[in-house]
Amino acid sequence: MGTAKVRLFARLADLAGTREAEVELGEGLTAAGVFDVLVGRHPSLSGFDAFVRFAVNSEYVPASHPVRDGDEVALIPPVSGGSRAL
Amino acid sequence: MLFEVTADQLDPDRVVEHVQRDEAGAVALFYGVVRDHNRDRKVLHLEYDAYPEMAAKVMQRIAEEVKERFNVVEIAIQHRTGRLEIGETSLLVAVSSVHRSEAFEACHALVDRFKEAVPIWKKEVFEGGEEWIEGDLSAPDA
Repeated sequence: MGTAKVRLFARLADLAGTREAEVELGEGLTAAGVFDVLVGRHPSLSGFDAFVRFAVNSEYVPASHPVRDGDEVALIPPVSGGSRAL
Repeated sequence: MLFEVTADQLDPDRVVEHVQRDEAGAVALFYGVVRDHNRDRKVLHLEYDAYPEMAAKVMQRIAEEVKERFNVVEIAIQHRTGRLEIGETSLLVAVSSVHRSEAFEACHALVDRFKEAVPIWKKEVFEGGEEWIEGDLSAPDA
């Protein structure tokens, strides 16, 4: 199944106390699933799933995006300027 | 095109030189500057965090969009990270065009799109506390 590297930024990095993590990939793990794994390790992140956006390999993806071996998953808080729409 | 995310002081001469062309009669240069107040608070300094590899990609994409929409000759963008004091420059956007109106309009559009999409965040350190300044998605109370 492999592993994915996770990167955290801004408020999420402060809450987790880390900017990087590694997650073992279970069957069909999605970007949202990776976030759930991080919440398990860092309960301070719980409740932020509606707030975070995901990027895989530096591209915005939906929460349902499947994560593959070697992917870099980024947890992206809202950027400073405003709207979520791209 | 030039897209840079850097902890060093920004360099307006470099971005302007990057966009200058013989056929371009106008260069618009936007400076984003750290101001001393926000929402009735006295700001002491800002700290910028970034996802640099992705920021460069997103900047490239929005620059291509804007280049297509306006008649732009060349674009250069720099954003600074780390701690910035009041009066320091956090963002430079330079646009060149044949005539001035396109440079003004494209520069304005680029700054707006930048603030919506590029993965860079600022933490405001003010008198009495600090806070990450985030967009319009509501966050749970941390």
